[in-house]
This record gives sequence, C-alpha cells and structure tokens, in this order.
Amino acid sequence: MCGIVGLFLKDKSLEPKLGAMLSDMLVTMTDRGPDSAGIAIYGAPSDGRAKLTVQSSEPSVDFAGLEALLKPVDSSVTVELKSTHAVIETDAKQASDVRELLSQERPGVRVMGSGDSVEIYKEVGLPKDVVSRFGIREMGGTHGIGHTRMATESAVTTLGAHPFSTGADQCLVHNGSLSNHNNLRRELVREGMTFETQNDSEVAAAYLTAEMAKGKDLGQALTGALDDLDGFFTFVVGTKSGFGVVRDPIACKPAVMAETEQYIAFGSEYRALVNLPGIENARVWEPEPATVYFWKHEKAA
Amino acid sequence: MSVSVKRESLEAMRTFDLATTPLRELNSALHTISPGANDTNFEVVNPRGSHSVAVGIDQPVVVDVHGSVGYYCAGMNDGGNVTVHGSAGPGVAENMMSGTVVIEGDASQYAGATGRGGLLVIKGNAASRCGISMKGIDIVVHGNIGHMSAFMGQSGHLVVLGNAGEALGDSIYEAKLFVRGEVKSLGADCIQKDMKPKHLKLLADLLEKAGVTDVKPEEFKRYGSARKLYNFNIDNAEAY
Repeated sequence: MCGIVGLFLKDKSLEPKLGAMLSDMLVTMTDRGPDSAGIAIYGAPSDGRAKLTVQSSEPSVDFAGLEALLKPVDSSVTVELKSTHAVIETDAKQASDVRELLSQERPGVRVMGSGDSVEIYKEVGLPKDVVSRFGIREMGGTHGIGHTRMATESAVTTLGAHPFSTGADQCLVHNGSLSNHNNLRRELVREGMTFETQNDSEVAAAYLTAEMAKGKDLGQALTGALDDLDGFFTFVVGTKSGFGVVRDPIACKPAVMAETEQYIAFGSEYRALVNLPGIENARVWEPEPATVYFWKHEKAA
Repeated sequence: MSVSVKRESLEAMRTFDLATTPLRELNSALHTISPGANDTNFEVVNPRGSHSVAVGIDQPVVVDVHGSVGYYCAGMNDGGNVTVHGSAGPGVAENMMSGTVVIEGDASQYAGATGRGGLLVIKGNAASRCGISMKGIDIVVHGNIGHMSAFMGQSGHLVVLGNAGEALGDSIYEAKLFVRGEVKSLGADCIQKDMKPKHLKLLADLLEKAGVTDVKPEEFKRYGSARKLYNFNIDNAEAY
C-alpha cells in the first residue's frame, strides 16, 4: 500500500510550521504502511553552503569526532547529529572533498541526500516514532515530502525506506510496485549505477538519476519513466524549487491534491489533508494518469 | 399540536460527529434499525475522509454526510438514501444492491463498482473505472468520468453528462452507456449504437430520477457491446 504526503508552501508565514504540518500528515497515513517512514525537508539555502545528510547503523562509532575529522578539508564544516543521521554543512566548494574523505574514513556511513537545501531522514518504525526521533516537527522549510512504507518488493530496512535521493536536492518517494525492476537494475548497473538494496523504488530513483546524467531534465526523465517503468506507481519527487507528481497510466495507486492561497498539498488519501488550514475551501482534485505535474517556487525556478 | 410534532422530528434525527464518535457506533446504529422503525434519519458531521462511512445499510434510512469521505462510503447499500455533501474517495457505493447514493462533489476511482441495483448520482466528476463490472446499478455522473469506466459492465446504465476517458466499456456485456460529451476512446468490443425511441425514453427516466432537468436525452450517444467477445471464436480474435 504505502502512503505519501507532500506540502509546498506559498505563504511564508507557514514556513516555521512545515515540519509540524508534514509530520501530522504523515502520521495520519500510518495505516497505509507501518514498516518504515521517511521525510525530505527543503529549507532556505544559504549562499555558498552545501548540505549532506548521512546515516549510519552504528552512529556512536561512525559519528564520533566526525567534525574534527572533516575540519582539515573544510574549516567551516559543521556536523549536527540527529539520532542515526547527521547533517554535515560545508562550504559548497569543498563539498566533494568532504564527501570523499567521509567515504574513505567512515565507510559505514551512507549518504541519504545532498544539495543546497534538502535534508532527508528515514528509518524503520512507525511514522510517529520516526518523526520524533529526528525532531521533524521542529523543522521549518519551504516544502517537503514524506512516505510511510508497506514493504512489498524488498526487506524492511533503513536503506529500503523512502525517500531515495536521485541527485543534488532531488529525491523520490513511491507508492506501488514495479515489475521490471530486476531487468532495469541490471541495465543500470551496466551503465555504472550502484545499488544498496533489492528495492524497486531505488531502481526508479537510479533510473531518473541516470536519465538526467544523459542530459534530460527532471520533467523529461519522468516522462521517460512512463515508457520505461512497468508496474504501478504514484511518484512524488522533491526538487530544490518544489515537487512533482506522476502516476502510471492505470493509476490505481491513489493520489489527491489540494490547493489554496497558502499551499499546495499532496496526500495518498484526503484524510492526510484534513488538518491543513482552510482545507474546507481548497480546490481538491486527483492528478490525471500518465501526466507529469510540477509545482515550484517561482523565485527558485 | 405542531410544537410536539416538531420536537418528535428533531428527536428522530440522530447526529454522529465522527471527530468524537468512533465510526463503528454510526455503522452499528445503521445496522440495528428494525423494519418499520421511524427513527431513520441520520446526520454525520466531520467525516474528515473516514473510510467505510455508512456501509452495509439494509433498511430505508436517510443519511446525510456533511463533508468528504474516504474509501467505500455507502458500500453494499441496500435500500438506504445516502447523500454526501462533499467528495467521496475510492469505491463509493461499491456493490450497491438498492437505494440511492448522491455525491454532491467528485468521486474517486471505481465509483459504483460491481453494483447490482439502486441509483448512484455524482454531481461532480468521477475518476477512473467508474461502474467497473456493474451488474444492474444505474449511475448518473454530471461531470466527466475517467479511463476504463464500465469495464466488463454486465447490466445497468451509466449516464455521463460530460466526457469519458480512455477505453470506455472495455469487454462490456449488456450494460448500456450514454455519454453526452466526447469519448476519448472505446475499449475492446464496445461500439457506438443507435439511439432508438426506447433508449430516449429510458434515458429521460434516468435523468429525471437523477434530478437532471436542463439536458435532453437527444444530446447523448449510446454505447454498448458488439457481442464479439462473449464466447471465444477464432474469427473474432482481433477484437481482443
């Protein structure tokens, strides 16, 4: 089953509440998938800084002395520990060096997401526990997406949880199941992509990453996904400036959207949206099958 | 005395606030109506997208739901009169046996699926698979319907005042489809058919039952089965 939520704020006065609003939406979707949950939050980027969200199964070992370890490469580096995750903020120019050093010195650390503004958190467990573990409710931001998983195609693990990073400031969540993911994974491995899990959604994320590496933009990559991915999907993709939605042509995986002057919201069900302010007067609709949608902040577009 | 009559009718209306009352209390109350009872008016407030609101009704109750509902509202309805003053999630009035279900807003996927009788009126749009496998239900949609609607429809009527999406009536049996707007494409074995006087009469009755007054039966086209896929016949292989 799985549940997806997304929230894109137009009204800046709501930005401090993004984490709280998105958390409530995600917790409401718990009975669509109680295995694991994840959230991607986009905050305002600060000039010349880059963010790296990393995860470890042994945070007490991997994150010990991490800031001191990275200082020689970038004296401005900061590390904020959040349970099994850490957010590393660096000078944008040093970001790749920091990442390289990290992979050499702390090979157990996995990169969840990177870019100017995204932070990605995901873990095994109920959405309410996952959001409280990472303090999501206290986070502000401009937009974000969340996912609660009912596993069908691969094991219930942290790395099998959503969102999956598809590139800088990009991530993907998926409700559905792909039927050609094994074959597609083999093709992508041949093209040089690497995989952490047997998960079908990770293949979709890698597919988008690979297509964009060939020069497509995200919209073109998603349009290509309609031809190349076989199976059921409602995808929501987070980008630096907003989010996108695409459903397979059969569109049996649910999706409902709501728009007001203050926000654009996505939910697998209307239940996820009922606590949003002014929902009674929102325009509520279902995204069409096989159609790529994008909503973005004009300034950042 | 008029005062006491008014009081009686107020008492007869039972209100369930789903923000504070478990759904099961509403549905249990609906399931314990004895035949001939007169306290048959129900009002539901704050449904907030709840699933399975007013399912399994088997008496002629009147239920008014104020707000939008989730999955399977009024499923299996047998004789009830349910109005949703809002929109409905997937599977509204699924497998309805008899009675009336009215959705003032839009309906999600597979509205009226497998319905065997009764009338489903959707005043907004219906999404994909509206009336899938319908078996006698009448469905009137004021707006548009999505793809794969009336798939394998066996009997009953689907009336659409707006447009129909792709693959209308795929593998249809004897359900009758009337569409006033454009049909994006017809499914396998579904064809346009002549509108005969008896069909105009039938459609006029359905429109009247659904409270549609400003539209004429002559504005619709009729679609139904080419009857080539009932039994396998090698000569019809390309119809599949």
